[in-house]
Amino acid sequence: MKLREIAHSRTGDKGNTSNISVIAFDKAHYEFLREHVTAERVRAHFADIVRGEVTRYELPMIGALNFVLTNALGGGVTRSLALDAHGKGLSSALLDLELPDMPTTFETRAEPAP
Amino acid sequence: MRTIRIGSGAGYSGDRIEPAVELAERGGIQYLGFECLAERTIALAQQQKLRDPGAGYDPLLEQRMRAVLAICKSKGIKIITNMGAANPTAAAAKTVEIARQLGISGLKVAAVIGDDVLDACKRGNYPLLEIEGRVADLGNRMLSANAYLGAAPIVQALAAGADVVVTGRVGDPALFMAPLIHEFGWAMDDWDRLGKGAVVGHLLECAGQITGGYFADPGVKDVAGLARLGFPIGEVSEDGDLVITKVPGSGGAVTEATCKEQLLYEVHDPTQYIQPDVVADFSKVTVTEIGPDRVRIRGGSGRAKTGQLKTSIGYIDSYIGEGQMSYAGPGALERGRLALEIVRERLKLTGVQMSEARFDLIGADSLHGAALSAGGAPYEIRIRVAGRTDSLAEAVRIGNEVETLYTNGPAGGGGAAKSAREIVAVVSVLLPADLVAPSVQIFVA
Repeated sequence: MKLREIAHSRTGDKGNTSNISVIAFDKAHYEFLREHVTAERVRAHFADIVRGEVTRYELPMIGALNFVLTNALGGGVTRSLALDAHGKGLSSALLDLELPDMPTTFETRAEPAP
Repeated sequence: MRTIRIGSGAGYSGDRIEPAVELAERGGIQYLGFECLAERTIALAQQQKLRDPGAGYDPLLEQRMRAVLAICKSKGIKIITNMGAANPTAAAAKTVEIARQLGISGLKVAAVIGDDVLDACKRGNYPLLEIEGRVADLGNRMLSANAYLGAAPIVQALAAGADVVVTGRVGDPALFMAPLIHEFGWAMDDWDRLGKGAVVGHLLECAGQITGGYFADPGVKDVAGLARLGFPIGEVSEDGDLVITKVPGSGGAVTEATCKEQLLYEVHDPTQYIQPDVVADFSKVTVTEIGPDRVRIRGGSGRAKTGQLKTSIGYIDSYIGEGQMSYAGPGALERGRLALEIVRERLKLTGVQMSEARFDLIGADSLHGAALSAGGAPYEIRIRVAGRTDSLAEAVRIGNEVETLYTNGPAGGGGAAKSAREIVAVVSVLLPADLVAPSVQIFVA
């Protein structure tokens, strides 16, 4: 299962630091996210991009995690040689993270009406 | 309990203008904020001001003011904006000039000044936060230094009866905290309420990013009416509770999900979101849908401000030269790779001096590298070479060397583009707040 199936995400930038939120569509999945989307997994996923540390902050009230990636934006938004200097697309890359299938005890998210 | 409604009319300098008009006409708002000043923008504006003392404010100020000034004046909506950039005084004078041309008389326009702290930064020679070294190390490459001011001078301007407040660098949330402090009489050491105010400002400052902009992902997160995306309204009560909504009938959506994404946008540690006036805590914030396009936000808090002001220093960092070329059809990826190898070798052979370079295959792995970009061969590919140099002349040579692929590279390359530009970058220092003395000038149309 991909992270994208149970969570959404947005990237923000400050200098050479990127932050990526991971927000459960259904708050019931927050614990599952907390268990599987660790700072170590995120660091490994972005091994080619992040030169610094990955720190995870937990926001149980809104069912979200916030990852802060230092030395991740090619020397800083205002001087980076990268095509996407802000790293705006990192959230989409993170949503591709492979997760184990959800335990059946979890309620799954209701499908949106067609 | 008393509430006020604040609209957010822009999330960045180049933002759409029609949603701001919609907010003024049909939003039932008392305040309209425009956040238009990115980190680097003020340094570029300072360069313009050095060339022309009457310039250095937001290039869309005139267009925006012409679009909303008359409506706002007739409905008593106060405008608060950082479109003053490097020259709030000239921006205020321009606004007065526009008001007169539109036949609006008696409009009070305030300029907030004092964020320019270039001299204080040089004197203090503070350590740079993002890179090694101190202010003095930037030498004559330093262009500007602007401290993030708090809400106090904006509140002062509102208390003096200003209809429009034009600032330079202020904390973005301060644009939206000021009306709350002014209207509700919040004390400047009421950390809890100021923390809630920071939540309000943070959620509103990027305009359409909370009403469904920058959110849609077809099939997973669909948003209706994006072409007519409406901008947000914050309905704030005296005790700091907030409802985010938008003009009925406008495009987009306000949902728990859009609000949560924006709550964490550009946030690091959610327990300490540092602003000039307060250290806000977002970690206990709750987000609850209470109706269609109505989401209640509660639980923000705060503690005492740090006494230091983050200050952005703009400096000439380097030059970047760049070139691009497209390849299509069978073998496009291989021809793209060959083109990159050729340019790489030619830049060496011709002795182009670069301190850093990138060789990208757009359409294959330019954004996140090979490991995250596994997949089949694309139908088309665009190569991109970008390098950092010490001079503009040297930077020009990089794009030229890509363009010569037309007659000197692999088969079928097309659509060459090249550029060379000076890079004004930004670093930060922390300045003792007592060295910064904001003030307010009032102009009357």
